[in-house]
Amino acid sequence: MRRVMFLAALAAALPTIAIAASSSAVPVQGMPQLAFGHPEQGRLLVGQMVWLLLIFAALYFLMANVALPRVGAVIEGRHARIAADLEAAQAAKAEADAAMAAHRAATEAARAEARAAVTNAVQAAQAESDAKAAALAARLNKQIAEAEAQIDAARAAAMGAIRGVATDTAEALVTRLVGRADRPVVEAAVGRILATSGRA
Amino acid sequence: MAVEGKTIDALSQFELSPVLGIFGHAVSFSQSNLFMVVAVALTWFLMKATADRGAMVPGRLQALGESAYEFIQGMVRDQVGDEGKKYFPFVFSIFMFVLFGNLLGMLPYAFTFTSHIVVTLTLAAVVWVSVTVIALQRHGTHFFSYFFPEGAPTWLAPIIIPVEIISYLSRMVSLSVRLFANMVAGHVMLKVFATFVVLLGGLGAVGPFVAAMPLAVNVALVGFEFLVAFLQAYVFAILTSIYLHDAVHLH
Repeated sequence: MRRVMFLAALAAALPTIAIAASSSAVPVQGMPQLAFGHPEQGRLLVGQMVWLLLIFAALYFLMANVALPRVGAVIEGRHARIAADLEAAQAAKAEADAAMAAHRAATEAARAEARAAVTNAVQAAQAESDAKAAALAARLNKQIAEAEAQIDAARAAAMGAIRGVATDTAEALVTRLVGRADRPVVEAAVGRILATSGRA
Repeated sequence: MAVEGKTIDALSQFELSPVLGIFGHAVSFSQSNLFMVVAVALTWFLMKATADRGAMVPGRLQALGESAYEFIQGMVRDQVGDEGKKYFPFVFSIFMFVLFGNLLGMLPYAFTFTSHIVVTLTLAAVVWVSVTVIALQRHGTHFFSYFFPEGAPTWLAPIIIPVEIISYLSRMVSLSVRLFANMVAGHVMLKVFATFVVLLGGLGAVGPFVAAMPLAVNVALVGFEFLVAFLQAYVFAILTSIYLHDAVHLH
């Protein structure tokens, strides 16, 4: 509202100035800008130049010392704020990235651990079953060996018994037939026969 | 006022007259100077309002002031470089003064102080003297090597040096005459076509229809003049920046 009033006042002032600027007594020949010889215009032209220097100096002083540093500070402040915000955003992003990486690494580690545990369990079970199988095989082999030894012993005992029986029978037969028998000779003959028949 | 008898008076709009009563008469304070004060006041209020708000997210007025600030700051930085920072308030003052001078002239009844050669020449002289003083301060007598480019054959010196000196001096003239001529031409055209509207409008029944043509021309001219107002302020500021660049870097 105040601004509108200000503009209205300015608009009303303009015709007043223009009317005040009614033409001078002596008519101006040619361009008024170059009427240095005119009694009134010439004086005003020089005055215009001097006032221009003063007014422009005032403008420069106000701008250089008061207005522009303040506006510059506002703009600088905004740039600093934007830079700080961007930096904060960058930091937050880096933090989030780090957290994400940590999370990923933790997941990876847990997965590796689980994999290792599974492998270990499988290996342990494998080793245990291998050991059990080996022990069983060893026990069975031992039993087989024992059984074979018993069979061998039994066979040897049986073989020994055949020799005795054969010798006794042969001696009895020879005694009955001949009336007497030479025990060592009979034993030797029986041993020879058994040897040839492959039963010794 | 524009039509006296049957002649077209396009130049009386540039006449000076004292304002503020006895004070204006005593110290030759004309309406031209009054509009300079208005231009300074508007610049001051704009920049002060911009600084006073100082909001993180600027409103319309603050954005206007800040864009003016950043426009000229960017221009000075691009043309002069980082050493140009301390000359920024000077270029900014020149730009705003010329811009408001041109724009105030677009208001009805207003006076266009940039249409006076005395004003533009004084501004150009301020620029020229400042630039020369800056160059002498920074480079001392080495500044005079500016008038003889390195590597040019010595026997050409009698030709090159006068040419360079004349071109350096004529900066002042070209800077001032460009602005002056643009503003005078624009305002004379506006006045002439406005007078046509009045003269043709008085031709009985067909008058208003015929008068519509110069009126249409004037509407277009007003738009064109706004363009010229900005463009000439920009040209004045950028040439000042370029001259400052020469003063700081010597070629």
